[in-house]
Amino acid sequence: MKNELIKPKGLVTNTNRRNFLKFGTMSVAGAGLLLMGCNDDEDMMPPMMNEGVSLGSGDIGILNYAYALEQLEAAFYANVIAGGYFANANAEEKTIMGDLEKHERAHRDFFKAALGGAAIADLEVDFSSIDFSSRTSVLGAAKTFEDLGVAAYNGAGQFIENVDYLLIAGKIVSVEARHAAAIRDLINPGSDDFAGDDLIDSNGLERTLGFTDVLTAASTYIKTPIDFSQLPS
Amino acid sequence: MAAVPLGILSALPKVAKADTASLIDVLNYALTLEHLEYRYYQMGIESGVIEGADRNIFLKIRDHELAHVNFLTEVIGNVLMGTPVEEPEFDFTAGGNFSPFTDYPTFLALSQAFEDTGVRAYKGQAGNVMESDVVLTAALSIHSVEARHASMVRRLRTKKGQDTVKGWITNGSIGSLPAATQAIYAGEENVMQGGVDVTSLTGIDAAAVSEGWDEPLSKDQVLGIASLFLA
Repeated sequence: MKNELIKPKGLVTNTNRRNFLKFGTMSVAGAGLLLMGCNDDEDMMPPMMNEGVSLGSGDIGILNYAYALEQLEAAFYANVIAGGYFANANAEEKTIMGDLEKHERAHRDFFKAALGGAAIADLEVDFSSIDFSSRTSVLGAAKTFEDLGVAAYNGAGQFIENVDYLLIAGKIVSVEARHAAAIRDLINPGSDDFAGDDLIDSNGLERTLGFTDVLTAASTYIKTPIDFSQLPS
Repeated sequence: MAAVPLGILSALPKVAKADTASLIDVLNYALTLEHLEYRYYQMGIESGVIEGADRNIFLKIRDHELAHVNFLTEVIGNVLMGTPVEEPEFDFTAGGNFSPFTDYPTFLALSQAFEDTGVRAYKGQAGNVMESDVVLTAALSIHSVEARHASMVRRLRTKKGQDTVKGWITNGSIGSLPAATQAIYAGEENVMQGGVDVTSLTGIDAAAVSEGWDEPLSKDQVLGIASLFLA
Protein backbone atom coordinates (compact mmCIF):
# COMPACT_ATOMS: atom_id res chain seq x y z
CA MET A 1 0.00 0.00 0.00
CA LYS A 2 1.47 3.32 -1.01
CA ASN A 3 -0.50 5.86 0.90
CA GLU A 4 2.33 7.97 2.21
CA LEU A 5 2.91 11.42 0.87
CA ILE A 6 5.36 11.37 -1.97
CA LYS A 7 8.29 13.29 -0.60
CA PRO A 8 10.08 15.34 -3.22
CA LYS A 9 13.61 14.07 -2.94
CA GLY A 10 14.90 16.98 -4.94
CA LEU A 11 15.76 16.95 -8.58
CA VAL A 12 19.11 18.39 -7.76
CA THR A 13 21.25 18.84 -4.72
CA ASN A 14 22.38 22.33 -5.59
CA THR A 15 21.91 24.94 -8.25
CA ASN A 16 24.83 23.74 -10.32
CA ARG A 17 23.35 23.09 -13.71
CA ARG A 18 25.86 20.47 -14.61
CA ASN A 19 24.78 18.37 -11.64
CA PHE A 20 21.18 18.95 -12.49
CA LEU A 21 21.73 17.69 -15.99
CA LYS A 22 23.58 14.63 -14.73
CA PHE A 23 20.69 13.73 -12.46
CA GLY A 24 18.23 14.23 -15.28
CA THR A 25 20.29 12.11 -17.62
CA MET A 26 20.59 9.30 -15.12
CA SER A 27 16.92 9.21 -14.24
CA VAL A 28 15.87 9.28 -17.85
CA ALA A 29 18.36 6.59 -18.81
CA GLY A 30 17.10 4.56 -15.86
CA ALA A 31 13.62 4.69 -17.27
CA GLY A 32 14.95 3.24 -20.50
CA LEU A 33 14.44 6.43 -22.43
CA LEU A 34 16.79 8.35 -24.60
CA LEU A 35 17.75 11.85 -23.64
CA MET A 36 17.88 13.56 -26.97
CA GLY A 37 21.04 15.44 -27.76
CA CYS A 38 22.78 14.24 -24.63
CA ASN A 39 26.37 13.09 -24.84
CA ASP A 40 29.53 13.22 -22.81
CA ASP A 41 30.20 16.82 -23.71
CA GLU A 42 29.25 18.77 -20.63
CA ASP A 43 29.04 22.01 -22.57
CA MET A 44 26.56 20.67 -25.05
CA MET A 45 24.12 23.01 -26.72
CA PRO A 46 20.35 22.79 -26.29
CA PRO A 47 18.80 20.43 -28.82
CA MET A 48 18.05 22.49 -31.92
CA MET A 49 16.69 21.91 -35.36
CA ASN A 50 17.06 24.23 -38.31
CA GLU A 51 15.68 27.52 -36.95
CA GLY A 52 13.49 25.54 -34.59
CA VAL A 53 13.64 23.59 -31.37
CA SER A 54 13.09 19.94 -30.59
CA LEU A 55 11.54 19.20 -27.22
CA GLY A 56 13.26 15.83 -27.01
CA SER A 57 11.84 12.62 -25.61
CA GLY A 58 10.67 11.10 -22.33
CA ASP A 59 10.41 13.19 -19.20
CA ILE A 60 12.92 15.72 -20.56
CA GLY A 61 10.64 16.23 -23.54
CA ILE A 62 7.68 16.87 -21.27
CA LEU A 63 9.66 19.26 -19.08
CA ASN A 64 10.67 21.13 -22.25
CA TYR A 65 6.99 21.16 -23.28
CA ALA A 66 6.13 22.78 -19.95
CA TYR A 67 9.08 25.13 -20.34
CA ALA A 68 7.82 26.20 -23.78
CA LEU A 69 4.37 27.02 -22.37
CA GLU A 70 5.85 28.86 -19.40
CA GLN A 71 8.06 30.86 -21.78
CA LEU A 72 4.94 31.86 -23.67
CA GLU A 73 3.05 32.86 -20.52
CA ALA A 74 6.00 34.74 -19.02
CA ALA A 75 6.55 36.68 -22.25
CA PHE A 76 2.86 37.50 -22.41
CA TYR A 77 2.69 38.95 -18.88
CA ALA A 78 5.94 40.85 -19.39
CA ASN A 79 4.18 42.58 -22.28
CA VAL A 80 1.03 43.07 -20.21
CA ILE A 81 2.73 44.94 -17.37
CA ALA A 82 4.56 47.15 -19.87
CA GLY A 83 1.36 48.01 -21.74
CA GLY A 84 -1.43 50.56 -21.66
CA TYR A 85 -4.10 48.33 -20.12
CA PHE A 86 -1.95 47.66 -17.07
CA ALA A 87 -0.98 51.33 -16.68
CA ASN A 88 -4.64 52.27 -16.32
CA ALA A 89 -5.92 49.14 -14.57
CA ASN A 90 -7.58 49.29 -11.16
CA ALA A 91 -5.73 48.19 -8.03
CA GLU A 92 -7.11 44.64 -8.00
CA GLU A 93 -6.24 43.98 -11.62
CA LYS A 94 -2.79 45.51 -11.20
CA THR A 95 -2.14 43.16 -8.29
CA ILE A 96 -3.36 40.14 -10.23
CA MET A 97 -1.36 40.93 -13.37
CA GLY A 98 1.73 41.74 -11.33
CA ASP A 99 1.43 38.44 -9.48
CA LEU A 100 0.86 36.43 -12.64
CA GLU A 101 3.92 38.01 -14.24
CA LYS A 102 6.05 36.92 -11.29
CA HIS A 103 4.57 33.43 -11.04
CA GLU A 104 5.05 32.66 -14.73
CA ARG A 105 8.54 34.14 -14.80
CA ALA A 106 9.41 31.98 -11.77
CA HIS A 107 8.01 28.89 -13.51
CA ARG A 108 9.93 29.67 -16.69
CA ASP A 109 13.23 30.28 -14.95
CA PHE A 110 12.75 27.21 -12.80
CA PHE A 111 12.27 24.93 -15.82
CA LYS A 112 15.23 26.48 -17.60
CA ALA A 113 17.46 25.76 -14.63
CA ALA A 114 15.93 22.33 -14.09
CA LEU A 115 16.58 21.32 -17.68
CA GLY A 116 20.07 22.81 -17.76
CA GLY A 117 21.84 21.79 -20.95
CA ALA A 118 18.76 19.90 -22.15
CA ALA A 119 16.63 23.06 -22.17
CA ILE A 120 15.27 24.27 -25.50
CA ALA A 121 16.40 27.69 -26.69
CA ASP A 122 14.40 30.86 -26.06
CA LEU A 123 11.26 30.85 -28.18
CA GLU A 124 10.38 33.79 -30.36
CA VAL A 125 6.85 34.93 -29.58
CA ASP A 126 4.31 36.75 -31.74
CA PHE A 127 1.72 38.77 -29.86
CA SER A 128 0.68 40.86 -32.86
CA SER A 129 -2.89 39.60 -32.43
CA ILE A 130 -3.08 41.05 -28.91
CA ASP A 131 -3.74 44.71 -28.15
CA PHE A 132 -1.91 45.36 -24.89
CA SER A 133 -3.74 48.65 -24.40
CA SER A 134 -7.12 46.91 -24.44
CA ARG A 135 -8.51 45.30 -21.29
CA THR A 136 -10.74 43.01 -23.36
CA SER A 137 -7.87 41.86 -25.54
CA VAL A 138 -5.46 41.28 -22.65
CA LEU A 139 -7.95 39.44 -20.44
CA GLY A 140 -9.14 37.35 -23.38
CA ALA A 141 -5.59 36.28 -24.18
CA ALA A 142 -4.82 35.64 -20.50
CA LYS A 143 -7.86 33.38 -20.29
CA THR A 144 -6.69 31.47 -23.35
CA PHE A 145 -3.17 31.00 -21.97
CA GLU A 146 -4.22 30.01 -18.44
CA ASP A 147 -6.94 27.58 -19.51
CA LEU A 148 -4.56 26.11 -22.08
CA GLY A 149 -1.85 25.69 -19.46
CA VAL A 150 -4.19 23.80 -17.13
CA ALA A 151 -5.39 21.50 -19.90
CA ALA A 152 -1.80 20.92 -21.04
CA TYR A 153 -0.50 19.92 -17.61
CA ASN A 154 -3.58 17.78 -16.96
CA GLY A 155 -3.06 16.03 -20.29
CA ALA A 156 0.68 15.54 -19.90
CA GLY A 157 0.63 14.12 -16.38
CA GLN A 158 0.00 10.55 -17.50
CA PHE A 159 3.16 10.55 -19.62
CA ILE A 160 5.51 11.61 -16.83
CA GLU A 161 7.63 8.71 -15.54
CA ASN A 162 9.43 10.34 -12.62
CA VAL A 163 7.24 10.88 -9.57
CA ASP A 164 9.19 13.98 -8.51
CA TYR A 165 8.52 15.63 -11.88
CA LEU A 166 4.87 14.64 -11.63
CA LEU A 167 4.59 16.33 -8.24
CA ILE A 168 6.21 19.51 -9.54
CA ALA A 169 3.77 19.58 -12.44
CA GLY A 170 0.96 19.09 -9.93
CA LYS A 171 2.21 21.98 -7.82
CA ILE A 172 2.19 24.28 -10.83
CA VAL A 173 -1.05 23.21 -12.51
CA SER A 174 -3.24 24.12 -9.56
CA VAL A 175 -1.71 27.60 -9.53
CA GLU A 176 -2.49 27.93 -13.24
CA ALA A 177 -6.06 26.90 -12.43
CA ARG A 178 -6.23 29.55 -9.70
CA HIS A 179 -5.05 32.10 -12.27
CA ALA A 180 -7.56 30.93 -14.86
CA ALA A 181 -10.47 31.21 -12.42
CA ALA A 182 -9.44 34.74 -11.41
CA ILE A 183 -9.08 35.92 -15.01
CA ARG A 184 -12.45 34.43 -15.94
CA ASP A 185 -14.02 36.22 -12.99
CA LEU A 186 -12.49 39.52 -14.09
CA ILE A 187 -14.05 39.02 -17.52
CA ASN A 188 -17.47 37.96 -16.22
CA PRO A 189 -17.63 39.02 -12.53
CA GLY A 190 -19.69 37.03 -10.07
CA SER A 191 -20.71 34.46 -12.69
CA ASP A 192 -20.00 30.73 -12.65
CA ASP A 193 -17.50 31.11 -15.50
CA PHE A 194 -14.56 30.63 -13.10
CA ALA A 195 -15.23 26.92 -13.54
CA GLY A 196 -17.42 27.04 -16.61
CA ASP A 197 -19.26 24.27 -18.42
CA ASP A 198 -17.10 25.03 -21.47
CA LEU A 199 -14.22 23.35 -19.59
CA ILE A 200 -15.77 21.04 -17.02
CA ASP A 201 -17.86 18.03 -17.99
CA SER A 202 -20.84 16.36 -16.31
CA ASN A 203 -18.48 14.23 -14.21
CA GLY A 204 -16.92 17.39 -12.79
CA LEU A 205 -13.69 16.70 -14.69
CA GLU A 206 -11.74 19.53 -16.33
CA ARG A 207 -10.73 19.37 -19.96
CA THR A 208 -7.41 17.77 -20.83
CA LEU A 209 -5.54 18.44 -24.05
CA GLY A 210 -2.85 16.44 -25.80
CA PHE A 211 0.47 17.73 -27.09
CA THR A 212 -0.75 18.34 -30.64
CA ASP A 213 -3.84 20.33 -29.62
CA VAL A 214 -1.93 22.45 -27.14
CA LEU A 215 0.97 23.25 -29.44
CA THR A 216 -1.39 23.96 -32.31
CA ALA A 217 -3.26 26.47 -30.14
CA ALA A 218 0.01 27.96 -28.91
CA SER A 219 1.45 28.21 -32.42
CA THR A 220 -0.62 31.34 -33.04
CA TYR A 221 1.68 33.08 -30.56
CA ILE A 222 4.99 31.29 -31.15
CA LYS A 223 7.14 31.92 -34.22
CA THR A 224 9.80 29.33 -33.47
CA PRO A 225 8.96 25.93 -34.99
CA ILE A 226 8.65 23.27 -32.27
CA ASP A 227 9.36 19.62 -33.02
CA PHE A 228 7.47 17.52 -30.49
CA SER A 229 7.54 14.31 -32.50
CA GLN A 230 9.55 12.44 -29.87
CA LEU A 231 7.18 13.13 -26.99
CA PRO A 232 5.62 10.01 -25.47
CA SER A 233 2.23 8.80 -26.63
CA MET B 1 -25.71 9.28 -12.52
CA ALA B 2 -23.21 10.72 -14.93
CA ALA B 3 -21.67 8.26 -17.30
CA VAL B 4 -18.10 7.18 -16.74
CA PRO B 5 -16.00 7.86 -19.82
CA LEU B 6 -15.49 4.75 -21.90
CA GLY B 7 -11.74 5.23 -21.78
CA ILE B 8 -11.69 4.32 -18.12
CA LEU B 9 -13.55 1.07 -18.69
CA SER B 10 -11.26 -0.07 -21.46
CA ALA B 11 -8.00 1.07 -19.91
CA LEU B 12 -8.32 -0.20 -16.38
CA PRO B 13 -7.97 -3.95 -16.99
CA LYS B 14 -4.28 -3.28 -17.62
CA VAL B 15 -3.83 -2.47 -13.93
CA ALA B 16 -2.55 -5.31 -11.75
CA LYS B 17 -4.68 -6.55 -8.85
CA ALA B 18 -2.40 -5.27 -6.11
CA ASP B 19 -2.46 -1.87 -7.72
CA THR B 20 -6.23 -1.99 -7.96
CA ALA B 21 -6.53 -2.36 -4.18
CA SER B 22 -4.25 0.63 -3.74
CA LEU B 23 -6.23 2.69 -6.26
CA ILE B 24 -9.50 1.85 -4.49
CA ASP B 25 -7.97 2.98 -1.23
CA VAL B 26 -6.85 6.33 -2.66
CA LEU B 27 -10.15 6.91 -4.45
CA ASN B 28 -12.14 6.11 -1.30
CA TYR B 29 -10.08 8.70 0.52
CA ALA B 30 -10.91 11.21 -2.24
CA LEU B 31 -14.57 10.16 -2.09
CA THR B 32 -14.65 10.88 1.65
CA LEU B 33 -13.48 14.44 0.98
CA GLU B 34 -15.95 14.88 -1.86
CA HIS B 35 -18.79 13.70 0.41
CA LEU B 36 -17.72 16.35 2.92
CA GLU B 37 -17.64 19.11 0.31
CA TYR B 38 -20.91 18.13 -1.34
CA ARG B 39 -22.78 17.89 1.96
CA TYR B 40 -21.35 21.23 3.10
CA TYR B 41 -22.53 23.10 0.01
CA GLN B 42 -25.87 21.30 -0.12
CA MET B 43 -26.58 22.26 3.50
CA GLY B 44 -25.37 25.80 2.84
CA ILE B 45 -27.70 26.17 -0.14
CA GLU B 46 -30.65 24.71 1.79
CA SER B 47 -29.97 26.91 4.83
CA GLY B 48 -30.38 30.15 2.89
CA VAL B 49 -27.14 31.55 4.37
CA ILE B 50 -25.70 32.33 0.93
CA GLU B 51 -26.26 35.87 -0.33
CA GLY B 52 -28.48 35.97 -3.40
CA ALA B 53 -25.85 37.37 -5.76
CA ASP B 54 -23.40 34.57 -4.89
CA ARG B 55 -25.88 31.72 -5.13
CA ASN B 56 -24.93 30.81 -8.70
CA ILE B 57 -21.31 30.41 -7.64
CA PHE B 58 -22.14 27.92 -4.91
CA LEU B 59 -24.71 26.07 -7.01
CA LYS B 60 -21.95 25.49 -9.55
CA ILE B 61 -19.47 24.36 -6.88
CA ARG B 62 -22.11 22.08 -5.31
CA ASP B 63 -22.84 20.56 -8.72
CA HIS B 64 -19.16 19.80 -9.25
CA GLU B 65 -18.77 18.20 -5.83
CA LEU B 66 -21.85 16.05 -6.42
CA ALA B 67 -20.50 15.05 -9.83
CA HIS B 68 -17.20 14.08 -8.15
CA VAL B 69 -19.06 11.97 -5.56
CA ASN B 70 -20.98 10.17 -8.28
CA PHE B 71 -17.97 9.74 -10.53
CA LEU B 72 -15.74 8.32 -7.79
CA THR B 73 -18.52 6.06 -6.51
CA GLU B 74 -19.01 4.72 -10.03
CA VAL B 75 -15.30 4.16 -10.67
CA ILE B 76 -14.69 2.48 -7.31
CA GLY B 77 -17.79 0.29 -7.40
CA ASN B 78 -18.38 -0.54 -11.04
CA VAL B 79 -14.97 -0.20 -12.65
CA LEU B 80 -12.48 -1.22 -9.96
CA MET B 81 -15.12 -3.50 -8.36
CA GLY B 82 -14.41 -2.20 -4.88
CA THR B 83 -16.74 -0.89 -2.18
CA PRO B 84 -17.25 2.89 -2.18
CA VAL B 85 -17.22 4.42 1.30
CA GLU B 86 -20.55 5.50 2.71
CA GLU B 87 -21.04 9.17 3.38
CA PRO B 88 -19.86 9.87 6.94
CA GLU B 89 -21.91 11.99 9.35
CA PHE B 90 -20.54 15.50 9.46
CA ASP B 91 -20.58 18.20 12.09
CA PHE B 92 -19.80 21.44 10.30
CA THR B 93 -19.92 23.34 13.58
CA ALA B 94 -16.77 21.39 14.60
CA GLY B 95 -18.18 20.72 18.05
CA GLY B 96 -20.09 23.98 18.31
CA ASN B 97 -17.18 26.24 17.31
CA PHE B 98 -18.53 27.44 13.93
CA SER B 99 -21.94 28.54 12.63
CA PRO B 100 -21.49 28.29 8.86
CA PHE B 101 -25.19 27.92 8.09
CA THR B 102 -26.30 31.04 9.96
CA ASP B 103 -23.24 33.26 9.48
CA TYR B 104 -22.22 33.91 5.86
CA PRO B 105 -18.61 34.98 6.54
CA THR B 106 -18.11 31.71 8.42
CA PHE B 107 -19.68 29.77 5.55
CA LEU B 108 -17.21 31.40 3.14
CA ALA B 109 -14.26 30.87 5.48
CA LEU B 110 -14.90 27.13 5.81
CA SER B 111 -15.56 26.87 2.08
CA GLN B 112 -12.12 28.31 1.40
CA ALA B 113 -10.61 25.95 3.96
CA PHE B 114 -12.23 22.89 2.34
CA GLU B 115 -11.27 23.87 -1.20
CA ASP B 116 -7.65 24.63 -0.38
CA THR B 117 -7.49 21.34 1.56
CA GLY B 118 -8.94 19.49 -1.42
CA VAL B 119 -6.28 20.87 -3.74
CA ARG B 120 -3.50 19.75 -1.40
CA ALA B 121 -5.12 16.36 -0.84
CA TYR B 122 -5.37 15.43 -4.52
CA LYS B 123 -1.86 16.70 -5.16
CA GLY B 124 -0.57 14.48 -2.37
CA GLN B 125 -1.99 11.39 -4.10
CA ALA B 126 -0.75 11.99 -7.65
CA GLY B 127 2.23 9.70 -7.15
CA ASN B 128 0.00 7.02 -5.62
CA VAL B 129 -2.22 6.68 -8.68
CA MET B 130 0.38 7.19 -11.40
CA GLU B 131 0.44 3.48 -12.29
CA SER B 132 -2.98 4.04 -13.86
CA ASP B 133 -2.98 6.66 -16.60
CA VAL B 134 -6.74 7.04 -16.56
CA VAL B 135 -7.07 7.35 -12.79
CA LEU B 136 -4.20 9.84 -12.66
CA THR B 137 -5.74 11.92 -15.43
CA ALA B 138 -9.15 11.86 -13.75
CA ALA B 139 -7.59 12.87 -10.43
CA LEU B 140 -5.71 15.73 -12.10
CA SER B 141 -8.93 16.83 -13.78
CA ILE B 142 -10.70 17.00 -10.41
CA HIS B 143 -7.68 18.66 -8.77
CA SER B 144 -7.72 21.68 -11.10
CA VAL B 145 -11.47 22.12 -10.61
CA GLU B 146 -10.94 22.29 -6.85
CA ALA B 147 -8.22 24.88 -7.45
CA ARG B 148 -10.62 27.00 -9.51
CA HIS B 149 -13.16 26.82 -6.69
CA ALA B 150 -10.52 27.78 -4.14
CA SER B 151 -9.39 30.79 -6.17
CA MET B 152 -12.96 32.04 -6.55
CA VAL B 153 -13.92 31.67 -2.90
CA ARG B 154 -10.69 33.26 -1.68
CA ARG B 155 -11.20 36.30 -3.90
CA LEU B 156 -14.87 36.53 -2.96
CA ARG B 157 -13.95 36.78 0.73
CA THR B 158 -11.49 39.55 -0.01
CA LYS B 159 -13.96 41.43 -2.23
CA LYS B 160 -16.37 41.40 0.71
CA GLY B 161 -13.74 42.84 3.01
CA GLN B 162 -13.54 39.68 5.11
CA ASP B 163 -9.91 38.99 4.33
CA THR B 164 -6.96 40.18 2.26
CA VAL B 165 -6.13 36.82 0.65
CA LYS B 166 -5.63 36.51 -3.10
CA GLY B 167 -6.72 33.65 -5.34
CA TRP B 168 -3.34 31.99 -4.66
CA ILE B 169 -1.78 31.14 -1.32
CA THR B 170 0.82 33.60 -0.06
CA ASN B 171 3.47 32.06 2.21
CA GLY B 172 1.69 29.81 4.71
CA SER B 173 -0.80 32.52 5.60
CA ILE B 174 -4.26 31.67 6.93
CA GLY B 175 -5.32 35.30 6.55
CA SER B 176 -8.33 35.94 8.76
CA LEU B 177 -9.38 32.28 8.93
CA PRO B 178 -9.80 30.69 12.38
CA ALA B 179 -6.59 29.40 13.96
CA ALA B 180 -7.95 25.87 13.59
CA THR B 181 -7.12 26.11 9.86
CA GLN B 182 -3.37 26.48 10.45
CA ALA B 183 -2.66 22.89 9.38
CA ILE B 184 -4.34 23.55 6.02
CA TYR B 185 -1.70 26.12 5.06
CA ALA B 186 1.34 24.76 6.86
CA GLY B 187 4.15 24.22 4.36
CA GLU B 188 2.67 26.45 1.64
CA GLU B 189 5.50 28.91 2.34
CA ASN B 190 7.92 26.51 0.64
CA VAL B 191 10.22 28.09 -1.97
CA MET B 192 12.45 25.04 -2.54
CA GLN B 193 11.50 23.23 -5.73
CA GLY B 194 13.46 20.31 -7.09
CA GLY B 195 16.07 20.97 -4.44
CA VAL B 196 16.57 24.55 -5.62
CA ASP B 197 15.70 27.77 -3.79
CA VAL B 198 13.60 29.45 -6.49
CA THR B 199 14.01 32.88 -4.87
CA SER B 200 17.77 32.85 -5.35
CA LEU B 201 17.41 31.26 -8.77
CA THR B 202 15.02 33.94 -10.05
CA GLY B 203 15.46 36.95 -7.78
CA ILE B 204 11.69 36.93 -7.25
CA ASP B 205 10.47 37.59 -3.70
CA ALA B 206 9.62 34.64 -1.46
CA ALA B 207 5.95 35.59 -1.17
CA ALA B 208 5.44 35.45 -4.95
CA VAL B 209 7.46 32.25 -5.30
CA SER B 210 5.40 30.58 -2.57
CA GLU B 211 2.26 31.61 -4.48
CA GLY B 212 3.58 30.06 -7.69
CA TRP B 213 3.74 26.48 -6.36
CA ASP B 214 0.96 24.80 -4.37
CA GLU B 215 2.14 22.16 -1.93
CA PRO B 216 0.76 18.67 -1.22
CA LEU B 217 -0.55 17.20 2.03
CA SER B 218 -0.40 13.54 3.04
CA LYS B 219 -3.51 11.48 3.66
CA ASP B 220 -2.87 11.51 7.41
CA GLN B 221 -2.50 15.29 7.44
CA VAL B 222 -5.72 15.76 5.48
CA LEU B 223 -7.71 13.28 7.55
CA GLY B 224 -6.49 15.08 10.65
CA ILE B 225 -7.98 18.30 9.27
CA ALA B 226 -11.19 16.61 8.12
CA SER B 227 -11.68 14.89 11.47
CA LEU B 228 -12.61 18.25 12.99
CA PHE B 229 -15.80 18.05 10.96
CA LEU B 230 -16.72 14.40 11.55
CA ALA B 231 -19.63 13.87 13.92
